[in-house]
Amino acid sequence: MKTTITVNGEARALDLDPRTTLLDALRETLRLTGTKKGCDHGQCGACTVLVNGTRINSCLSLAVMHDGDAVTTIEGVGQVGALAPIQQAFLTEDAFQCGYCTPGQICSALGMLAEVAANQPSQETTDLTGPIRLTDDELRERMSGNICRCSAYPQIVAAIRAVSGLPA
Amino acid sequence: MSSVLDWEATPNPVKENRAGNIGKAVDRYEGPLKVTGTAPYAYEVEPPSPPAYGVMVSAEIAAGRITAIDTTAAEASPGVRLVWTHLNVPPQGPRPERYDFFTPSPRPALQSDRIYFFGQQVAIVIADTLENANAAAAKVAVTYEADAPMAIFHDHLDEGVQPPGEQDTEIGDFAAGFAAAPVTIDDVWRTPLQNHCQMEPCATTAWWDGDHLTVNTSVQMVRFAQNSLAETLMIPAKQVRLLTKYIGGGFGGKGSFYEDLVLAALASRELAQPVKIAFTRQQMMHGTVHRPATVQHVRLGATPEGRLTAMSIMTVTHCDSRGNFTEHASNFARSLYAAPNRLTGHRLVRMDLPVASAMRAPGEASGTLSLEVAMDELAEKLGIDPMELRILNEPDVDPETGKPFSIRQLVRCMREGAQMFGWGRRNLVPGQVRDGRWQIGVGMAAAIRGNMLLPAKCSFSVDAHGVITVRQGMTDIGTGTYTVLAQIAAETLGVPLGDVRVEIGDSELPPAPGSGGQFGAATAGSAALDAGMNLRKAITEIAVADSASPLFGGPSQDITFQDGVIAIANRSERLADLIRRNRPDGLTADGEIRPAADARNWSQHTYGAHFVEVGVDTVTGEVRTRRMLGVFAAGRILNWKTARSQLTGGMIWGVGSALTEGNSVDPRYGSLINQDLAGYLVPVQADIGEIDAIMLDEVDDKANPMGIKGVGELGISGAGAAVANAIYNACGVRVRDYPITPDKLLAAIMAR
Repeated sequence: MKTTITVNGEARALDLDPRTTLLDALRETLRLTGTKKGCDHGQCGACTVLVNGTRINSCLSLAVMHDGDAVTTIEGVGQVGALAPIQQAFLTEDAFQCGYCTPGQICSALGMLAEVAANQPSQETTDLTGPIRLTDDELRERMSGNICRCSAYPQIVAAIRAVSGLPA
Repeated sequence: MSSVLDWEATPNPVKENRAGNIGKAVDRYEGPLKVTGTAPYAYEVEPPSPPAYGVMVSAEIAAGRITAIDTTAAEASPGVRLVWTHLNVPPQGPRPERYDFFTPSPRPALQSDRIYFFGQQVAIVIADTLENANAAAAKVAVTYEADAPMAIFHDHLDEGVQPPGEQDTEIGDFAAGFAAAPVTIDDVWRTPLQNHCQMEPCATTAWWDGDHLTVNTSVQMVRFAQNSLAETLMIPAKQVRLLTKYIGGGFGGKGSFYEDLVLAALASRELAQPVKIAFTRQQMMHGTVHRPATVQHVRLGATPEGRLTAMSIMTVTHCDSRGNFTEHASNFARSLYAAPNRLTGHRLVRMDLPVASAMRAPGEASGTLSLEVAMDELAEKLGIDPMELRILNEPDVDPETGKPFSIRQLVRCMREGAQMFGWGRRNLVPGQVRDGRWQIGVGMAAAIRGNMLLPAKCSFSVDAHGVITVRQGMTDIGTGTYTVLAQIAAETLGVPLGDVRVEIGDSELPPAPGSGGQFGAATAGSAALDAGMNLRKAITEIAVADSASPLFGGPSQDITFQDGVIAIANRSERLADLIRRNRPDGLTADGEIRPAADARNWSQHTYGAHFVEVGVDTVTGEVRTRRMLGVFAAGRILNWKTARSQLTGGMIWGVGSALTEGNSVDPRYGSLINQDLAGYLVPVQADIGEIDAIMLDEVDDKANPMGIKGVGELGISGAGAAVANAIYNACGVRVRDYPITPDKLLAAIMAR
């Protein structure tokens, strides 16, 4: 099926088997292998990308559903030598070990911060009347869809907090 | 052979640490690649031509045989290149009767119609795309004749046998000592089967160039896997190049390798095309390895003053029907507390279950969950602070072997941790502290994990730019190997960290045992130090013999290496200039490490103390870890940042072991009930509160020439017990069947 997806700012015309997930289209067809396959069932978050600015599990989405969408993968966030602040913060805080969940954590963090900025509440949000305070509990709740088996969780919180620009 | 006493007496640049690279909180060497998604893991490596895709088909019974396997529909499916079962897979080296951890041997795939465990691979489908391979794999029709599996471990506890080559160790007379003890603990703890759940499923990309095979795979032990694969394929090892540059978590589960590697190699040869095969998450649970369940019988006898007079842990555990892996949950107790009468041992039950093997801190991770809670129970019975009880029973020498400890700072870990955590402020009576709906409790436990050094080699090169390259067939499974090797190189050769390159994860590099048993940094690093020293020597010889060098004439012994400059007294030049003049193509030196002949004359361990605060909701049974502190003594620390991450990571594994992690066997099918990350609950962000790990100053000069030890497995040891003890302090009940899930905790609270 013919599908055009804008990936990291570049329109990519694809001719895809309709069974292809967005994850496999990124990894195998476009060879953007920064997006990881950890479970293929939406349980681990390693495949998180931003679609039109919103974070999704790319393994749970067929690529052909994204005709006309703008997808941002880790490759679009920043590059070696020109790291985005969130990438630099992950490096500085040692917010990863094996690194396999890291691209998903970073994309998820970017999506999450946008959700907070848009004042979208979570289960941890106690006050729905004012701007959301990004407490550690709020941050942890919102990042719990991204498993890190090396368990760099405290460092991930520190890294996100370092770039959030939001008070705790 | 060297002596540890030589290591102790001989200075070296790592010990001297003049430039301060050792111990520093250096960012990960490969970190920029990992945060940008440009570190290629095994399935992502670019093969020389477009690959075909393999999908494996797994058995749906736990014991029995395949009576028919119909592949016609799969073979006719679009894009399919080949389908292999036991009926048509190419010949492979024969499987030994039992596998051994350290001896390479064939690991053949799809060998017969016999099924030994649920999830055993029974077929492989290779197709032009992943989608076509997946669709075709679903069309492989397998008919089985199923036997009733022996799958429920707890029904077979009395069938355990002595593990091969082992015996119980008894010191004094345990039975008499226990019978005579005025205060005793006699309880049974259960730990469940656990899955590694590395984020990267096992995967391989393979291709051939003539009779030479290149495999990119995800394994912890490079040379072991290369040799075993070569034996499987029945070709010389030199025809196999195995690459494993980036590994998405190992934790022991990638200590060996699986059918993805063998079948990718075979299929790419057959098709004359690169082949990629990955395990699915579901296949990982059954088709790789797991930590087996244990039942641990702990008996402690003590005087009213709190002196242990008798101590025993007897562990029953299980492995697969063709295995001999034993979860040595009793071993650590042999070195932990003094007691004149002691008995430890293991019994092994062979089951129709998937293959048991090592998972992070095999032995200690399970065993501390019993003994370190038993100590808490004993302390309460005696009316003694649980930390003071441990200190009272601190041994002067290894209580079982009588050997001196190389260094042992367990008491200091406990004392300093207690002070930092505010241990003295806790309420001794359980169930007295409340914060809203939460009942609050604190607990502590000791940590111990052995230390090892294995043989390894390494090479160091310097080029005409003064850049040092470290080469070693070592792995980095997230442990920080790249980074600590770079630090050792920078310190040894006196160059800036930015002037060091590290090449690992390649079977063509000097062999190292790989990552496991927290021996990685000490083993790989000691070989690196030796290579660095040899390169220094080679550089020195060139400098003092080069009449164009200001260092000409020596004296050699006064040479210094600093900031990329070599100097003797006030005569100096840039290292790069010397090399460019004398060795424009660079200069290489090799090094190696071997265990010292007398290393076993000392009892060597890493130690720690865990302190945990939990909240327990006694209405829902929910437990939250609010605060965790670990204080550790593990020799010289090479990198404060990466070591601390390993320790806190291990502590979080302890939380998982205490509260959520465990798999159950379905008695009908002999399968694991939790087949993915939705059912098998590893800790997530929201499960973890405030956490810190402190590393005490320590040098263990008897461990290796650098005085370092490992930290990768220390953090988990004891952490879960501290959580369990905190739960008791919060709500006054003990659950001795891990994990302590809300259903079990509520039942215990109701029964109280």
